[in-house]
Amino acid sequence: MSLAQWSITVLWIGLTLYVLLAGADFGAGFWDLFAGTSRGGRPQRELIEHSIGPVWEANHVWLIFVIVLLWTAFPTVFAAVMSTLYIPLTLAALGIIVRGAAFAFRKASDQLGQQRLFGAAFALSSVLTPFFFGTVAGGIASGRVPIGLAAGNLRTSWYNPTSVLGGTIAVGAAAYLAATYLCADAMREGQRELAEAFRRRALVSGIVLGVVALSGIAVLSADAPRLFDGLTHRALPLVIVSAIAGVASLLLVLRRRYLLVRITAALAVTTVLWGWALAQYPYLLPPPATTNATITASAATPAVLSATLTALAIGTALLIPSLLWLFLLFQRGQRSDEYQQPTPSR
Amino acid sequence: MALVFSLNGYVMFTGHVSHRMVVPRASPIDLFAAREQMAISLGWHVILACLGVGMPALTLFAEWRGLRTGEDAYRLLARRWAEAMGVLFAVGAVSGTILSFEMGLLWPGMMSRYGQVIGLPFTLEGIAFFIEAIFLGIYLYAWDRLPPRQHLLSGIPIVVAGVCSAFFVVTANAWMNQPRGFDLANGTVTAVDPWAAMFNPATPPETIHMILAAFMVTGFVIASVYAVALPRGRRDRYHRLGFLIPFTAAAIITPVQIAAGDYAARFLATNQPTKLAAIEGVYHTGSHIPLTVAGIPVGGQLRYGLEIPDGLSLLVGYSPNTVITGLDQVPVANRPPVGVVHLSFDIMVGIGVALLLLGSWLGLSWWRRRDLPRSRWFPRAASVTGIAACCALEAGWVTTEVGRQPWIVWGQMRTADAVNPAPGLVAGLLAVLAVYVVMTIGTVYVLRRMARSHRLVAPPVQDAGDGGER
Repeated sequence: MSLAQWSITVLWIGLTLYVLLAGADFGAGFWDLFAGTSRGGRPQRELIEHSIGPVWEANHVWLIFVIVLLWTAFPTVFAAVMSTLYIPLTLAALGIIVRGAAFAFRKASDQLGQQRLFGAAFALSSVLTPFFFGTVAGGIASGRVPIGLAAGNLRTSWYNPTSVLGGTIAVGAAAYLAATYLCADAMREGQRELAEAFRRRALVSGIVLGVVALSGIAVLSADAPRLFDGLTHRALPLVIVSAIAGVASLLLVLRRRYLLVRITAALAVTTVLWGWALAQYPYLLPPPATTNATITASAATPAVLSATLTALAIGTALLIPSLLWLFLLFQRGQRSDEYQQPTPSR
Repeated sequence: MALVFSLNGYVMFTGHVSHRMVVPRASPIDLFAAREQMAISLGWHVILACLGVGMPALTLFAEWRGLRTGEDAYRLLARRWAEAMGVLFAVGAVSGTILSFEMGLLWPGMMSRYGQVIGLPFTLEGIAFFIEAIFLGIYLYAWDRLPPRQHLLSGIPIVVAGVCSAFFVVTANAWMNQPRGFDLANGTVTAVDPWAAMFNPATPPETIHMILAAFMVTGFVIASVYAVALPRGRRDRYHRLGFLIPFTAAAIITPVQIAAGDYAARFLATNQPTKLAAIEGVYHTGSHIPLTVAGIPVGGQLRYGLEIPDGLSLLVGYSPNTVITGLDQVPVANRPPVGVVHLSFDIMVGIGVALLLLGSWLGLSWWRRRDLPRSRWFPRAASVTGIAACCALEAGWVTTEVGRQPWIVWGQMRTADAVNPAPGLVAGLLAVLAVYVVMTIGTVYVLRRMARSHRLVAPPVQDAGDGGER
């Protein structure tokens, strides 16, 4: 593999981790929104808060990582995406601010009125942010972002059938991932009833997501024929794995195998991401908007790529033991009086 | 509302932009909006970033003293600061994420050409930030799960990573002032050396000045919170230490910071003379240049200011004969606006000197009778040091950023050529402005509530028993 290919591979790993980890956080916010009245929904909201509390700040790092690696390794592609799709990206960025701040504020406030206000802001932005990210993915995948500064259509580049499909799938996948993760978290907390509630949610969101994905096939064949062609040919194995993993997850949720379902649910989402990448390979920005934005053509100079990849390798060597320690510490699950943050979610 | 209107605006505009042959350019109002949006986001984030760098060190110091002396007041301080740190870090993390977005949303022209040149320090910063987040998670949530000593040690990576983050990010800003490590051919960069870009000549003065600023701001901000309580009769050990630890730290750093600032200004004299000329309002090159304090630029000179004869020549070269490069060496189109740059520089230096005097006051009083100054004015003055230090921080950033104009990359790319040509950036500015105003109110409100609920729940010293280590 060339340095450019290594770079996009590493970037895509970062994106996958962001979708899986932060996606679940967004999904937790989705369920927070639909948890019901402030009294009835309280146990659910508390579980959500406990589950994402210790780790959610770290999850943001993946997004920064993807953004920085994109501008370092593929600067012209970064500039094209950010400038043409700046409306949904600005909205997503604002959603991230509101979400993060509101979550921290809600945790720190002790009055019901405030908790409601901050909670609503947290939950609503948790739904809107992945939606806008999904529209960005749809705009890129359907070949609507040309190289150049704001050279694409500022509205139709993200407001089109593929983008709406992308946004819907992003919200659905986040909700589904979160529901499956929360089942296991509730079980670990010994809250059987809550686990049952999230089990129902996982089933419903899983089925809805499956239906949306299936009907998406029709949308793509009409709106993004090249992507459709890639998904049904080169990326077909991954699409099939995704479908199998999706069905398997539903069966596992039905049988209450909550730890196993984390793996299959994550696999179903991961294969969609990598299937998309494979479907439009070797393009970063696929035609028809632009014809020469391949991985090789838009890559930074080799000196930059090798320095960045080396730095990342060294960084990973530092990060893995640190992360392991963090997770191990929380897996011990010893309760404390002052900080009631016992469970690690993942 | 504004957003809806501008969305309609896009519909109208899109027809024009679709042809790539026409090189679009942002309107002056959109350029202005982009600069203000960046200024707000950066100005907001930098305060949190400073607290993120400085607070862990102070918290660890308090925890360490608590361990050594067994005094509850120290341990309680460490707990309280850690709790506030959690909220501040969370908000700082998102406001930092937004900045990485805005690099592309607002300045795609710069990122398209130079993104790869300055990518390395941001990658390293990402790693450092990740480490910071992981260990902060451990530190905050594992207080009762780790033996006290291990817990203390788990905080050290937060401090180290925080300082490294600050260093890495500021190297990128230093590069914008002293772009190195690339060649330019037909508008694309070649022969990129990311390490040379990172360790450019402006890196030492800028990073030293910024990291010291982070500790100064943190010290004065925390101290001012406790300084408010002192005259209200809360002079127990907890409140006194809560004031003295951060204030002493900041007061010790202040003279060092003034020296570092002098070094940074001297660096400008050799490497970025136009910026220094704007800072000091030097229009004409020459020797025996006075140092002008305050003043307003009118018709090509600073008026109504206090002039110290030969002052600037003496400061830069220790001799009145030192020649200072004036703004007349560059065309009018390449000059930064003198008014803003000079004023903000004077604000920064003025506040720095005032903080130095206040710190000396405490030092003198402590040397004489091992106590805080008796005057009622001391706590009054100390309680505004937090806001003052933040103002100095902002004024410093305004000085360096506006002083670099009209360039975004000094001498290489104009800010107007870097901005996103898409119409409607004004709407983005308004939305960001609204969100930041709400977020500021929220942060202050929550932190205040946190402080107040602590006071209501239990008087601090008794409360320390159950909050301490087991």
